[in-house]
Amino acid sequence: MTLHATDLRLAVDGVDHLKDVTATFQPGRLHTVIGRTLAGKTTLMRVLAGLQGVDSGSLTRDGADFLTTPVWQRDTAMVYQQFINYPHLNVFENVAFPLKRAGLSRDEVQRRAQESLARVGLAEFHERKPSQLSGGQQQRVALARALARGAGILLLDEPFVNLDYKLREQLREEFKGLFSGQGDAVVIYATTEPAEAMMLGDVVLVMHEGQIIQIGAPDEVFDRPATTTVARIINDPPMNIFAGRIESGQITVADLQATHVPVHLAGLPDGSYQFGLRATDVSLARSGIEGEVTFVEISGSETFVHVAVGEAPFVVQIEGIHDVALGELVAMKLRPERLFAFDQNGTLVRPAANEHAAREGH
Amino acid sequence: MSRLYPTFKYTVIALWGSFVVGPFLWALTTSFKDANGVQGGATYIPWMQYKPTLLGWHNIFGGAGGIDVVQPFLNSAIITIAASAISLVLGSLAAYGLSRYRFKLGFIKNRDIIFFFVTQRIMPPVVLVIPFFYLLQQVNLLDTIPGLIIVTVALLLPIAVWVMVDFFNGIPREIDEMAMLDGCGPFEVFVRTILPNSLPGLTVALMFCAVFGWNDFFFAFRLTFTQIQTLPQAVVALNSSVPPWWTLSAAALFGLLPLILLAIRVERYLSRGSLPGAVR
Repeated sequence: MTLHATDLRLAVDGVDHLKDVTATFQPGRLHTVIGRTLAGKTTLMRVLAGLQGVDSGSLTRDGADFLTTPVWQRDTAMVYQQFINYPHLNVFENVAFPLKRAGLSRDEVQRRAQESLARVGLAEFHERKPSQLSGGQQQRVALARALARGAGILLLDEPFVNLDYKLREQLREEFKGLFSGQGDAVVIYATTEPAEAMMLGDVVLVMHEGQIIQIGAPDEVFDRPATTTVARIINDPPMNIFAGRIESGQITVADLQATHVPVHLAGLPDGSYQFGLRATDVSLARSGIEGEVTFVEISGSETFVHVAVGEAPFVVQIEGIHDVALGELVAMKLRPERLFAFDQNGTLVRPAANEHAAREGH
Repeated sequence: MSRLYPTFKYTVIALWGSFVVGPFLWALTTSFKDANGVQGGATYIPWMQYKPTLLGWHNIFGGAGGIDVVQPFLNSAIITIAASAISLVLGSLAAYGLSRYRFKLGFIKNRDIIFFFVTQRIMPPVVLVIPFFYLLQQVNLLDTIPGLIIVTVALLLPIAVWVMVDFFNGIPREIDEMAMLDGCGPFEVFVRTILPNSLPGLTVALMFCAVFGWNDFFFAFRLTFTQIQTLPQAVVALNSSVPPWWTLSAAALFGLLPLILLAIRVERYLSRGSLPGAVR
């Protein structure tokens, strides 16, 4: 089945939760919805599930109106961010619950519930109550319950976000495998993490302030972010966006000469632009654009150095742990071939060159 | 501090305990006395201070000169059980609606409706009894058990609604949503997922209903004449110019028995600190 949303709109107390949301969700594909907290991801899912109404717009399934279909007839399974299971039922009964509601035979219920629990690695916990399980296990129960039904629409709302890092990585890796058994289901997975969205998604929808601001394949969105907002959202750390000028073959940033105009930006008329550059494409150097260090984050294997150049803040990502003092004046070297050019309104003018070639060359 | 505190604690508990238990002890000893036994002031130790007798207990089970409390006991039981059951069923349905759906009639919203329920209990019974009298008279239910059941439901329903709204509010809405997604219609959601998780709340509501229903004297007194007598009425009816204290005590203790047994049964739910904590 194909889900089609047109101009969905929802405002609560004057705040837009969904605004002109138009999207098509194809069967058998995994759609990741990426956006910051409060971007409207959860609202969109709740509307698709029927748990939330809209002010205007339409939602169809295979051409037929879906907005008026009651929740319990939508053939939709959902996994919440919190671990929600039926507290009075044991693990097996939890997974069997929707199967029984669907009117399956007793043998079929048994078979499917067992299979589903085995798939999430909980075969030994049939008799436990959810409260006797760890958070990760509880979320697996919720996942097993959603998967067991083979529902036509599978909604996953940041399912792994409340789990510890290691478990999250593991479940994320397993997820593609788990999902492969879902056949023709429309799968929608909301997340705030770029890596997750890119890794899992066949299609990525970028949401911001209730709007879908770009839809595309992961590499497409990654290589050609439509706006500076998309570029920030789908990169972690967010892409550096800074104002600059192109003047007679030179790019200047905060009145400093940064670099010659690289080949892929050749032909752009002189004037003011916004440039985008990933944190990995800036490095500290002996000479280059100078700025003051305002903040240093060390995340195990990487160091993120925040540098202020005039008004523009830069984040520089360097491998390894580096000792950089706050307030220190540093010079940065930009990789000109990786510059994205956006116009004053933030719309992409030219993407960076040879993204893939450069990435694989690492 | 560390030494003194336990001493202090147990002293307070002991004082309070004797304050609570005292009257019961008094009633218990009195129920085993006769006219001679009650003459010489408060005495507590049988055989030494007074001669124990089963006269009082004999009197309440049909002994000559006493009254038979068995029929009033049964009447009270039927009324309390029926009214509590009806109140719990209607009350939890109403409470679920109030907890999960938003109602609006002009300026009247959920909070106001809940407040209306609660105010039923704030109103003095004296105000209610006259309309009740006329209403029951209209439908020929004065002096009948069904009539008293209806009136008792009116008394108990607000308590059931009040307790259950609070309890349902503590159950995450996601449970309802998930049940709907799993294929349950609204009523099925309630029956299959909310009620099974509401045992502690229902138990507390039942306890309140049973206590208020069982102890009601005023309405039974005003709305019955000759046909029906409830236990509190029977006990009070024992009063005469020279009250038979032993019979009164025995009847009072006998009337307490069901509530004590019920309290023991549900104690673990009542003492649990946060009831909705059962649901994560």
